[in-house]
Amino acid sequence: MSISTHGPIDLIDYDEAVARFDPVFGIEVHVELGTKTKMFDSAPQVFGAEPNTAVSPTSLGLPGALPVVNGTAVEYAIRIGLALNCTIAETCRFARKNYFYPDVPKNFQTSQFDEPIAFDGYLDVELEDGTIFRVEIERAHMEEDAGKNTHVGGATGRIQGAEYSLVDYNRAGIPLVEIVTRPIEGGGARTPEIARAYVRSLRDIFRALEVSEARMERGNVRADVNLSLRATPESPLGTRSETKNVNSFRSVERAIRFEVSRQAALLAAGGVVVQETRHWHEDTGTTTAGRIKSDADDYRYFPEPDLLPIAPSREWVEEIRAGLPEMPVARRNRLQGDWAFADAEMRDVVNAGALDLIEATVAAGASPASARKWWMGELARVVKTTDGELEDLPITPVQVADLQGLVDSGALNDKLAKQVLEGVLAGEGSPQEVVTARGLGVVSDDGALLAAIDEALAAQPDVAEKIRGGKIAAVGSVVGGVMKATRGQADAGRVRALILEKLGVEG
Amino acid sequence: MSAESTDLTRLSAATLADKLTAGEVSSDEVTRAHLDRIAAVDPAVHAFLHICGRRALATARDVDARRAAGEELHPLAGVPIAVKDIIVTKGVPTTAGSRILEGWVPPYDATLVSKIKAARLPILGKTNMDEFAMGSSTEHSAFGPTHNPWDLDRIPGGSGGGSAAAVASYQAPLAIGTDTGGSIRQPGAVTGTVGVKPTYGSVSRYGLIALASSLDQAGPVTRTVLDSALLHELIGGHDPHDSTSIPEPLPPLVAAARQGALGDLTGVRVGVVTELNGDGYSDGVRARFSESLTLLQQAGAEIVEVSCPHFTYALGAYYLILPAEASSNLAKFDGMRFGLRVTPDGGDGLAATAERVMSATRGAGFGPEVKRRIILGTYALSAGYYDAYYGSAQKVRTLIQRDFAAAFEKADVLVSPTAPTTAFKLGEKLDDPLAMYLNDVATIPANLAGVPGMSVPNGLSDDGLPVGFQILAPAKADDRLYRVGAALEALLETRWGGPLLERAPELATAANSPVEATR
Amino acid sequence: MSTISRDEVARVAGLARIDLTSDELDRLAGELDVIVQSVARISEVATADVPATSHPLPMFNVFRADVPEPSLPVADVLAGAPASEEGRFMVPQILEED
Repeated sequence: MSISTHGPIDLIDYDEAVARFDPVFGIEVHVELGTKTKMFDSAPQVFGAEPNTAVSPTSLGLPGALPVVNGTAVEYAIRIGLALNCTIAETCRFARKNYFYPDVPKNFQTSQFDEPIAFDGYLDVELEDGTIFRVEIERAHMEEDAGKNTHVGGATGRIQGAEYSLVDYNRAGIPLVEIVTRPIEGGGARTPEIARAYVRSLRDIFRALEVSEARMERGNVRADVNLSLRATPESPLGTRSETKNVNSFRSVERAIRFEVSRQAALLAAGGVVVQETRHWHEDTGTTTAGRIKSDADDYRYFPEPDLLPIAPSREWVEEIRAGLPEMPVARRNRLQGDWAFADAEMRDVVNAGALDLIEATVAAGASPASARKWWMGELARVVKTTDGELEDLPITPVQVADLQGLVDSGALNDKLAKQVLEGVLAGEGSPQEVVTARGLGVVSDDGALLAAIDEALAAQPDVAEKIRGGKIAAVGSVVGGVMKATRGQADAGRVRALILEKLGVEG
Repeated sequence: MSAESTDLTRLSAATLADKLTAGEVSSDEVTRAHLDRIAAVDPAVHAFLHICGRRALATARDVDARRAAGEELHPLAGVPIAVKDIIVTKGVPTTAGSRILEGWVPPYDATLVSKIKAARLPILGKTNMDEFAMGSSTEHSAFGPTHNPWDLDRIPGGSGGGSAAAVASYQAPLAIGTDTGGSIRQPGAVTGTVGVKPTYGSVSRYGLIALASSLDQAGPVTRTVLDSALLHELIGGHDPHDSTSIPEPLPPLVAAARQGALGDLTGVRVGVVTELNGDGYSDGVRARFSESLTLLQQAGAEIVEVSCPHFTYALGAYYLILPAEASSNLAKFDGMRFGLRVTPDGGDGLAATAERVMSATRGAGFGPEVKRRIILGTYALSAGYYDAYYGSAQKVRTLIQRDFAAAFEKADVLVSPTAPTTAFKLGEKLDDPLAMYLNDVATIPANLAGVPGMSVPNGLSDDGLPVGFQILAPAKADDRLYRVGAALEALLETRWGGPLLERAPELATAANSPVEATR
Repeated sequence: MSTISRDEVARVAGLARIDLTSDELDRLAGELDVIVQSVARISEVATADVPATSHPLPMFNVFRADVPEPSLPVADVLAGAPASEEGRFMVPQILEED
């Protein structure tokens, strides 16, 4: 067992790599279920609580404590299994996966091993260009999460060189469902894109099923990505690497691209791929070697004697099936009809992760077109510069709808609205608060405008004459002067009307 | 020590309960008498690892105050009890007889402890045991062996030797034991006390430090069958914190014991298990066994012979299932979260790696028998061996259940000697694990099948040491144990002219130590 | 059944995270061999047609309602810890990731 040093890694250009080799991948996705309590005990599940304040004797693994299965977690697991077109087991069990690690309080993880609750399913994944790719699901099984280690001392937060670790068991025992694909073949050069779309589809399904908030940045959804290369689609499967904890859609895509290039370089040079776990580095976009599969993988599984088998009745399963919500693809089609978006527009919205946001913005009063304009326009531009997700921006759909409301009422023009948006994103408050604080409202006080108009007309007496003489187009020059004087905070239409009125000219 | 104190410690729990209810004695007097007795004899017996004198007396005074105020109390309220140190007790050290837990104070109570507290029984202390209940002699306690009150040079049985010896030497009228392969019944046999392993799932395991989860069961350790029934009814019943807890209520046990004490067993079919009454059982054990059968027959029972052919494989299956489950259950003792932490190079434990500290802690904190079984269990579960060992053992379990099912078609209860011999000398079998394991040959099948079992003292062997009579009943029919056990007890005591324990030698008493002493 | 070598005991002790002395390794190799030989005779009857039993009583679907209970107080949680800092358990450096 060893950890290799982070030496330089030879890579082959991605396009060349997929031209020479056929990639096969697999993904294990862990989703934390959004139950109120843990998988095996009644300790509360709270995000962001102080360390070790959401624990019980059972989730701490104290001597004598025993597990009892959370019935709601089982129901959620069945929901997931059904949504992924799986068979739900007539009977299944928990087993103990024995390994020593400080964040695993019992030094075994209670997990399903050879008897998962759901198996043999599939998910049809829609790619960016609308292509449907079927991903076959081997199994979905229930297990529990581990605690969290914080490494202190040594190199910054890295395990290597840490002097000691601090362990918080709040997360220990949170229910997880792990979804394991069969080896996914036939993706070719689009393999990274398929992987990304698969994880995104799962995330959407978890949310639609209301089994998890499925927030990637909180680690609610975590992916381990297996990848191997072979000479041709007819060749036997190659040796795979398993890249752990790839926790964003983009990283899933990048990690696979990187592994394709890395393994291709190895194979092209006559080397071999080592079966090992690899660590993903978000900052550099690379993977590095972790543990080589070894004796430590002898997990000594055996049926968990403290828990009884689970035999979901067919009636229960059918009841859950009947109560399943609309699946994301169906919902997408419905919303596209409601909103009258073109196919390409809708695809862009989905790919940008803006569907929920636009739906919520529309629900808050904005028109579908204006909601799309904001999320796919100005806000999408902001996200591009931060490499984040739209949903992570510090602005809510309600705020976007409020902003649009200010535009619709004439209180803001487009230019001012963008400034207000900046203010909201900068944390200055709601759109109305930003308008007030920055003094950005359109000047609607006619007295103030008339004063500015007098000044502008006085500065251009010849222009006033031209207008009076019927050359109405010349009014633009006076409007410009007024807008300049009011630093853009006037409604240009109103200014024009007032000028014409003052000069006694019919608009 | 006053004469009165001595008398109080000799009374059964049922009698003490009656006297407390009638106001003839106070719980304070009763509890004090037992603490005095502990101070006097436990230096020689070493039944206790921890004595809770102050807490016990506080509970006793509280009971007395409530009784004086006319409050309705549990029938056993105020009757002191001892608890095996494998049961977690909030605020009271719990070691399971191991160095690795030395100094650990649990932050919660086992369900059965909560029930004891709710019923207001003063807890006298925590009793000695083989480390993590692995053993049949209590010699594997990290804190020194317990001595058999009948002969201090001999073992009190195990793993619950402390509870059995405490009850046998009048340090407590009631005690809690745990039985994974005989740890309640075998100590009962060799100390002349009554011990019951309830049906698996009948008493909550929540808060019982697990040895083998699918075999462990807590139960009563007492001097009379009726006392066991009273205690069993108190600690038993459904517990939502234990998935394996039986949802149905217990059958009426006290009533069964009272009925049995009338001595009439007409119509009861008693099955003698051929495989548990032959080679390996000493002459004295076999002689007492057949005398007891004659008594049962005279009381109207029908004696039938039953064969359980797979019982001969029970020991093998047990010594695979137990170590396998134990190797996993004991993984949590790693020096990370509680208990002992040992650093390979000394110091604060933070210079070395977690892995090395874990290994060093477990190497230093576990005794030889625990290491032996963890290694055996890890081996039996490891890649390539699972099917041959653990998997096969689970199949033998099925066969043993089938044997029981067939036998219970022919008999209402099954009987055998509890242990093959009387108590052996301390140290005699310490270096021969297999010989030690053979002590449990008659008690193990019940654990594998989950059925209830009782050991009732049924006389002295040729060496003047007590032997026990085992009664087994179908799962959830624990009442049958009490009916037959109480009948046998009544018939034997009539014959003897009193309880067997009265024939035990008087223990020399130490100079009075302070009541509140703890160690 | 194969006999258990000293190396095998050392491998298993590593899996079980128990430091053993050289004497312990020697002794355990011999003892385990005897024990395993004697228990191995169960394979005589554990034939393929016999189902395994892992629970003494056949029960299914024991579930708990998803209703939270208060956490153990953090002071109680850490009271037994060999070392703690900032509300967390302090453990030696972890060299291997899983």
